[in-house]
Amino acid sequence: MVEGEWDIITGNHAAALAAKLARVSVVAAYPITPQTTVVEYLASFIESGYMNAEYIRVESEHSAMAAVIGAAAAGARTFTATSSQGLLYMAEVLHWAAGSRVPVGMAVINRALGPPWNIHVDHQDAMSQRDTGWLQIYVSSNQEVLDTIIMMYKVAEHPDVMLPFMVCLDAFVLSHTFMPVKIPRQEEVDEFLPPYRPRHWLLDPSEPISFGNLVLPDEEYQEMRWSIDLSMRRALEIMEDVAEEFSERFGRYHGGAVMKYRLSDADYVLLTSATLASEAEVAIDIMRDEGMRVGLLKLRSFRPFPHRDLRESLQGRKGVIVIDRSISFSSGGPMGNEVRSSLYDISGAPPVVNYIAGLGGRDITYNDLIMMTKDAIGRISTGRLKRPYYWYKLKPEYQRVELAEEVIS
Amino acid sequence: MSITIHDLRKRESSYLPGSAACPGCGATIAFRIASRILGPNTVYVIPACCFSIIQSPYPRSAISAPILNFAFAAAAAAASGVQRAYKFMGKDVNVVVWAGDGGTVDIGLQALSGAAERGENIIYICYDNEAYMNTGIQRSGATPMKAITKTTPTGKQEMPKDMPMIVAAHRVPYVATASVGYPFDLANKLEKARKIRGFKYIHIFSPCPPGWDFPVNKTAEVGKLAVDTYFWPLYEIEEGKLRITVKPRKKPLREFIRMQRRFESLSDEDIEEMEKLVMEKWNFLVNLEKLERIF
Ligand SMILES: Cc1ncc(C[n+]2csc(CCOP(=O)(O)OP(=O)(O)O)c2C)c(N)n1
Ligand code: SF4
Repeated sequence: MVEGEWDIITGNHAAALAAKLARVSVVAAYPITPQTTVVEYLASFIESGYMNAEYIRVESEHSAMAAVIGAAAAGARTFTATSSQGLLYMAEVLHWAAGSRVPVGMAVINRALGPPWNIHVDHQDAMSQRDTGWLQIYVSSNQEVLDTIIMMYKVAEHPDVMLPFMVCLDAFVLSHTFMPVKIPRQEEVDEFLPPYRPRHWLLDPSEPISFGNLVLPDEEYQEMRWSIDLSMRRALEIMEDVAEEFSERFGRYHGGAVMKYRLSDADYVLLTSATLASEAEVAIDIMRDEGMRVGLLKLRSFRPFPHRDLRESLQGRKGVIVIDRSISFSSGGPMGNEVRSSLYDISGAPPVVNYIAGLGGRDITYNDLIMMTKDAIGRISTGRLKRPYYWYKLKPEYQRVELAEEVIS
Repeated sequence: MSITIHDLRKRESSYLPGSAACPGCGATIAFRIASRILGPNTVYVIPACCFSIIQSPYPRSAISAPILNFAFAAAAAAASGVQRAYKFMGKDVNVVVWAGDGGTVDIGLQALSGAAERGENIIYICYDNEAYMNTGIQRSGATPMKAITKTTPTGKQEMPKDMPMIVAAHRVPYVATASVGYPFDLANKLEKARKIRGFKYIHIFSPCPPGWDFPVNKTAEVGKLAVDTYFWPLYEIEEGKLRITVKPRKKPLREFIRMQRRFESLSDEDIEEMEKLVMEKWNFLVNLEKLERIF
């Protein structure tokens, strides 16, 4: 692998390279399939001298997150990676990172949660951490993995943001799949991403500050939460600016909070994220060839959630088809619900048809995406919108139960 | 060259007047001594415990040192991160975990064990008030047998974990027990720990008037009696070599037990039984002291 050249590498390799190119100085990580090779790449980078960093081989994910928070508090740029149960095991300290306003970086290889054990792609792990105060970006290719991690350090360390971020990539579909990736040169990345210089609190003996001590209700606890919310909202514009600057320097644009594909004249909009979104581009092309006016809105950023962008893009369409790879039980897909709440008060808002699909790694091809889009358009045009969300591709005997429920309800 | 009262008086403590500690709190005595020895070039990582409160609420602080307050389970891991970041930057700073017994022997044990096994260059200090005091006196893995807590209302049934020995079994360069009743012994151990590289562990017996139910002016006395009755032997393990640092003339355990209402359910036979256990432990240590190395 040569910097400045094209190579064919996995998503996990791209994530580890991004950490190196971002000049991360402290890494702490704990292995879990399918993240494991990230940990291994980083170890070999550091031990071979290719990357200059401290590597803390912790005994758990809870400790991995704790260690990077500690290192960031002392002023280091930090990185970790995890998946599934590992992310859940971090839950307590994920909140600690955001509340501490440390711009820690993490690659999350999205994998299903147990039981039963399942190592394949599913977004339930990250979705269940959506309220931790972390920026959450979903990507669709290995190039986007590498570029986004580098970009997100710049977003997260912006003085108006100062929040941790996770870049989410699909288990195996990206993590273990080889794809062509243009590897930037270190000097180019250095010019784009300056060293991390925290402008506010820092653990520094020459300026003692007690960080995180008790706050009583009348002091600024609520204001601190508000400031996280404000920073999240600010991050939307900053993300766009950074994506544009990146595209000027590197010639690659993956979108800011969203990416649009054949959207401008579309009557119906397919909205999804991660690798389903790259599959959706194929589906859109096929449907366009059939004469259907469909377009794609790929959601890159789930937190912050780009409400304004969505309202502008979706207003006046005939329908929106949202495909989630996770479920908020009894309530629908997290994206589906978010899109609905975004559009709720627009008069004549387009109907939203939400599908739950591809859980636990079940294969979803462009054909499936076409099937869902056609099913949704059929439902919208005949007024058969009976339920807030639909399960896609259940095994037939289960589908019968689901359909019977639909008739009753 | 051991530390004397004159040395201690010359050094500034980072414990300021006006904290939120209970009167007579042993943990604050320990902290005042520790911060004097460790000096201003020190940062503290503090998990959930009484000290989260003792610092006093935001925006004030009763401690004039940088503190990273942290989640209960992961202080040793957070401190590892802090220390490695300083190491990367070429800064030499004492990174100290200051944790209660619950955060050390129970929920924090995994992170502590990981940091010890990795040989992180930090000082881990457990101030042991022998129960969860921050949440209102519940038993911990360090609570002594027969002690009454709110979750052991008739007295704890089990023996406490031998935490210093558990840490020593990780073959770290320095482990010591201490008591606020022997402040210079504590000061000297801290001074040693400060100079040694690698993972250092000091377990300080810190009496707690409300938790153990004794008068607030008796903290030092309880701390001293624990040692003098062999309830809490003072020793250190340096590079695997164990040395008992204080060998007092043995006093009857009863004197220590009867000062505290937490042991009020103990019968005379119970105390006899405990006296036996205490002597067993003491003799065990004396035997270990004869060995070239214990680990
Ligand atoms: C994950 C988690 N569980 C429980 C608590 C509640 N909690 C806070 S402090 C504490 C007990 C602390 O006991 P110890 O470590 O012995 O310190 P002390 O308060 O006695 O000084 C508990 C149970 C918590 N903060 N976090
Ligand atoms: S409860 Fe005990 S340990 Fe906690 S502050 Fe009060 S005296 Fe100190």
